[in-house]
Amino acid sequence: MANPKLAVWKFASCDGCQLTLLDCEDELLEIAGRVDIAEFLEASSGRSGGPYDVSLVEGSVTTAHDAQRIQEIRANSKVLITIGACATAGGIQSLRNFADVAEFTRQVYAHPDYISTLATATPISDHVKVDFELRGCPINKRQLIELISATLAGRTPHVPKTSQCTECKAHGTVCVLVAHGTPCLGPVTQAGCGNLCPSHGRGCYGCFGPKEAPNPESLSARLAELGETPRQIRDLYRSFNAAAPDFSRESQRHD
Amino acid sequence: MTRAPLHLPDPTLLLAALLAEGIRVIGPAPVQGAIAYEPLDRPEDLPKGLSDSQSPGHYRLAETAPGRWFDYVVGPQSWKKWLFPARQKLWSAERTADGFELGQPDEPWPRTAFFGVRPCEIAAMEIQDRVFDNGSFTDPGYARRRAGTLIVSVNCARAAETCFCASTATGPRAEAGYDLALTELATGTGLLLEIGSDEGARIAATLALAPATPAQIAEAKATSAATARAQTRAMPEAIAGTLKANPEHPQWEDVAARCLGCANCTLACPTCFCTDVEDVTDLSGDHAERWRSWDSCFSIDFTYVHGGAVRRSGKSRYRQWMTHKLSAWHDQFGSSGCTGCGRCIAWCPVGIDIVAEAHALSAPDPSLPAPAPHEEA
Ligand code: SF4
Ligand code: SF4
Ligand code: SF4
Ligand code: SF4
Repeated sequence: MANPKLAVWKFASCDGCQLTLLDCEDELLEIAGRVDIAEFLEASSGRSGGPYDVSLVEGSVTTAHDAQRIQEIRANSKVLITIGACATAGGIQSLRNFADVAEFTRQVYAHPDYISTLATATPISDHVKVDFELRGCPINKRQLIELISATLAGRTPHVPKTSQCTECKAHGTVCVLVAHGTPCLGPVTQAGCGNLCPSHGRGCYGCFGPKEAPNPESLSARLAELGETPRQIRDLYRSFNAAAPDFSRESQRHD
Repeated sequence: MTRAPLHLPDPTLLLAALLAEGIRVIGPAPVQGAIAYEPLDRPEDLPKGLSDSQSPGHYRLAETAPGRWFDYVVGPQSWKKWLFPARQKLWSAERTADGFELGQPDEPWPRTAFFGVRPCEIAAMEIQDRVFDNGSFTDPGYARRRAGTLIVSVNCARAAETCFCASTATGPRAEAGYDLALTELATGTGLLLEIGSDEGARIAATLALAPATPAQIAEAKATSAATARAQTRAMPEAIAGTLKANPEHPQWEDVAARCLGCANCTLACPTCFCTDVEDVTDLSGDHAERWRSWDSCFSIDFTYVHGGAVRRSGKSRYRQWMTHKLSAWHDQFGSSGCTGCGRCIAWCPVGIDIVAEAHALSAPDPSLPAPAPHEEA
């Protein structure tokens, strides 16, 4: 049986999620032996054209050209998986969705007229059907290997949609919100990072986006009791997953 | 061997005796600003002069008189972290030429003592015993760990604001379930050491302690009674029936609006035992493993069956947790599932208080007398 053909695509993003794939040192050779990598510019300039069995897509759609390109990729891919907060929720660049892009370009570029960009940064799923979304800014290596292993084996990947708090409790991390009064997005954020911030005494920044059925209104009310200002609360939700509907709605409530 | 109570001048003497026998001692340790249960390698590792302040959604470690040993009470973790680990490999399988070969994980459990077990925690272990080793089902790993563990308990000389064991009859003094039990006497005057088993008696004998005086025995009893009286929360006695009769009480909507569905309460609870079972394969597909990990009735996939999850609303999930814990548990295991430890209250990020909810649910439902039919929300 021929190896499945894998393509890795980049849209508006920092490449961090693709680097997570390259960072799978121990497993990378095995992955390379189990799939034919047809497109992965971050790793190699070789490209062998579609159709593709599996496309991994990093980044959000921020230009008219990219909006067109994702349609072509979808049409050429049996399975399309988005990796990371940009592709799944718009990424940090979706802060533009809450502001005036023309004003941004005027502030940043000497020749703003050379810049051709959309007014919004949107997730891939706003444009085409997505078969699986792997969360995270960046994605987690263990979850990526699980996703690839599961996809190759034809089973559902085990990627829980529960809160970051479940990782704290499994790791024996003392809750920073309860024991230190540190603002933490963990109760509304999907698990997956491996408990990075709370295990280092920091509140969760929400890198993995909203958990299943989140209740940010209740968490915000508690953060206000702990002394956070409306602006601070708004900014907590407004980062890598700012445009994820549950976080976007909540940040706008505090505008 | 004598079972008469003894006078222990200093708890580190007992800790040293256990360590000298090569026993692994797990006990209280201040970690990240809270009391956790970690291996104590040296007698001087036992913390001193610490207390805590706890209220809904709030915990702070605090200092107390430098001579006090056990003024803090239960922290975020419970002993279930050791007896029923958060993640456990159940088995593995290797592909062979004509099938597969099963492997059993190696689970070493050296002779262990839990040092500083509170009465509510003894009650919690006895509740989990009925879950994991109940005659019709035995989890072999749990049973082996439990049998290989000595219990050195501490009767509470102070309760936190979140403690309500007096109302659930699970503390603040343990009458059984320990090998050795300590009660701290007035600051600097040592502890009462009570003996609960032959093994406890044997270890106590190695310390050559003086018998406790009648005054010391009376002081320990009075201390426990005072701790019970100091508790400010009480679980309503009739709660099991109340919950069964009120599945549509409006209070469920009220609590659901505050509940984050984060699962902290269930994971911190020393009796919650629900798990998820996950099968993983590696990249080659030649190696598979089955893992069991803590899950919670607050996660939606917990009730996933063909076509979707059964409990989709936050209301139905909170109601499941509380009704199982305080009501259906009686039918299933012959007791309440709650020991009054207050962890779910302190460690809920938004301070949802199971006792306050129980009282609110005990107030008449304004939409009754006609009892509402049970509907899944
Ligand atoms: S530290 Fe944050 S993520 Fe961890 S349990 Fe507390 S609220 Fe949840
Ligand atoms: S329900 Fe709450 S108070 Fe009762 S045993 Fe569990 S954590 Fe402790
Ligand atoms: S609930 Fe009772 S037994 Fe448990 S720590 Fe508090 S006072 Fe002690
Ligand atoms: S009751 Fe509190 S700890 Fe439990 S799931 Fe709800 S918000 Fe989380």
